[in-house]
Amino acid sequence: MSAGLVILAVIAIAIGGFFIGRSRALGSVQGDVRKLHSLPNYYGQTVFLFSAVPALLVTFAWLLLQPLYVESQVSGMITAADVPEGGSMSLVLADVRRISSGLDIAITSGALTEDQLATMSADETDVRAQLAEVGIAVASEVRQNVFAAAKEYRDINAGLKITLTIVALVLALGGAVYAMSRITPDFRARNVAEMAIKALLILSSTVAILTTIGIVFSLLFETSNFFRMYPAKDFFLSLTWNPQFTGGSDLGIAPLLWGTLYVSFVALVFAVPIGLLVAVFLSEYASKRVRSLIKPAIEILAGIPTIVYGLFALITIGPLLRDYFAQPLGLGTSSSSVLTAGLVMGIMLIPFVSSLSDDVINAVPQSMRDGSYGLGATQSETVKQVILPAALPGIVGAVLLAASRAIGETMIVVMGAGAAAKLSLNPFEAMTTITVKIVSQLTGDTEFASPETLVAFALGLSLFVVTLGLNVLALYIVRKYREQYE
Amino acid sequence: MNDMSFVERNVDTKNIKIAAKDVQVYYGDTHAIKDVNVNIEDKTVTAFIGPSGCGKSTFLRCLNRMNDTIDVCRVKGDILLDGEDIYDKKVDPVQLRAKVGMVFQKPNPFPKSIYDNVAYGPRIHGLAKNKAELDEIVEKSLRRGAIWDEVKDRLDAPGTGLSGGQQQRLCIARAVATEPEVLLMDEPCSALDPIATAQVEELIDELRERYSVIIVTHSMQQAARVSQKTAFFHLGNLVEFGETGQIFTNPEDPRTESYITGRIG
Repeated sequence: MSAGLVILAVIAIAIGGFFIGRSRALGSVQGDVRKLHSLPNYYGQTVFLFSAVPALLVTFAWLLLQPLYVESQVSGMITAADVPEGGSMSLVLADVRRISSGLDIAITSGALTEDQLATMSADETDVRAQLAEVGIAVASEVRQNVFAAAKEYRDINAGLKITLTIVALVLALGGAVYAMSRITPDFRARNVAEMAIKALLILSSTVAILTTIGIVFSLLFETSNFFRMYPAKDFFLSLTWNPQFTGGSDLGIAPLLWGTLYVSFVALVFAVPIGLLVAVFLSEYASKRVRSLIKPAIEILAGIPTIVYGLFALITIGPLLRDYFAQPLGLGTSSSSVLTAGLVMGIMLIPFVSSLSDDVINAVPQSMRDGSYGLGATQSETVKQVILPAALPGIVGAVLLAASRAIGETMIVVMGAGAAAKLSLNPFEAMTTITVKIVSQLTGDTEFASPETLVAFALGLSLFVVTLGLNVLALYIVRKYREQYE
Repeated sequence: MNDMSFVERNVDTKNIKIAAKDVQVYYGDTHAIKDVNVNIEDKTVTAFIGPSGCGKSTFLRCLNRMNDTIDVCRVKGDILLDGEDIYDKKVDPVQLRAKVGMVFQKPNPFPKSIYDNVAYGPRIHGLAKNKAELDEIVEKSLRRGAIWDEVKDRLDAPGTGLSGGQQQRLCIARAVATEPEVLLMDEPCSALDPIATAQVEELIDELRERYSVIIVTHSMQQAARVSQKTAFFHLGNLVEFGETGQIFTNPEDPRTESYITGRIG
């Protein structure tokens, strides 16, 4: 039975268990629901859970571990001579997997029989040609050892599949029978359901945390590879970024970090005041009707894909700034500039700042406003002296979130600020950011195991640390000042 | 008839601070206040009592136009402060609220220092020429709020860090700092414990020397303790208004009697 069928069978058993458990619970009290501790469905649910959860967990774990186990068994059969020059063991093992799945297809399509396969040997038949007939392409000529390994791979997998089917079905049935045997009128099935919900919630949050940890570790791993090839001192302290495909590159993070911070700074200088004023208008001055029109209109900005913002920067803002500001002022002739990317990114961030600040300002209790109006303050005095100070922690949080967003932005920078890594103060000059360089280094055609490619991970990790630091700072500020008006 | 003249005689002897004539208040389609006529005297504590939803807080908020901040609220009729209609077009509600201060049900100090809380009004209205004068106003107000001794060593501490009773007295000090002529108090003790309530009540009695104080309260004992005049509201109507002693011992209207004896409310 294939894995999908096993899962379906387990679920079928569990659903059957649900109905049997329910009727058993009802039967134990002669149909009088009031004598049961829980509603009948809870008893059915208990049987369902006991039957499905262990069996499915084992199935999934099995499916994850099976390839590892089989490969460790098979890899012993492959000698160093089977590994082609410049290749690696993992490539050969990938071939083994392809050949074995090709053999499966050949047998199901009738091109081969099990008996033929058992006597077949790569030395005598052209396995590659046979596989090509059923649509499986193998890169090089199949060596006998590899072919034998593929056959072995197939056999072990088939054996394990049967074992898995038996184990899963036994677990499902066993769980159902065990849960059924516990059903008595006093059995607290509701509480079991509560536990199950709790377990589900914990599992979901674990997924999020584990993903983060996984991301960090994958970055850490490749970053440490990078630093083995390229000195960390140069990476952090060198002031030039000049990757060479032939080696001997200068990979200093400074110009990229400077570009990132400069573009983000321009974006925030533009977005924060406007966003904040929009938020004040929406929450304090606008009537309900105006608010219901303007708020969605501003939030449309948040729905525009960044690539579209990039186009806007490239064809509208960039030439505009060049023709009316940069050239007349003699500051540059490039339409790609820090200011272009910063302005467009600022537009993108306005709804971010305004929407978050709006929520925060609305959360300031009405009693604060009443108190201020009651003392004869005008609306703007109230906003300036009471509401904004009271909402400040939330606003700072919003600004820092927007900053994280700006720092991580890629598309607008590529199209607005260009790709030249430069350390300059002139906002009309093209610069670039960490994210842009991560993309260009990873998509270049240098070898993966070279410092020019691996630097992307070091850059990614640095970026991660910067944004993480900002988020921690935001959380700290929000927490520190939160209770003030409660 | 005798009782009526008794009320009028009192009005004659003291200045009328606020006079309301045929005041109607609507919240959207709801007619919240109906035909309220009342004369509130200077240097007197007037208590508004009545069951929840009877309109006493609404009427109180008409007196400094706090209802202007509610979109759906409309006020009709005349409310005269020292003979001038406060709903007249040439009256700036912001200036009015400086003259008619307000203390709210829940203490609502700003998230600022104690000093800044009290200095808030004087700063906005430019009542102090320099820092020394401002210091003086703050001290005087805190003394009038009967909280000076408790906070004089920590004027820089946040106002929100005080206890509930202290916060309410700070709010009273904040309100008197703008030198109002009338002080409106909307259930100022409902969030306070008995000790803090006693302190605030004592304070209200002292404030009577300078201001006309109007207090909304759910506690009839409190009305009896602190006020000289009492107005009883019921379902948006001003049912009875008169000397506190008379309202509580010998009410004219059967509804007033039912309320103060606890049969309705």
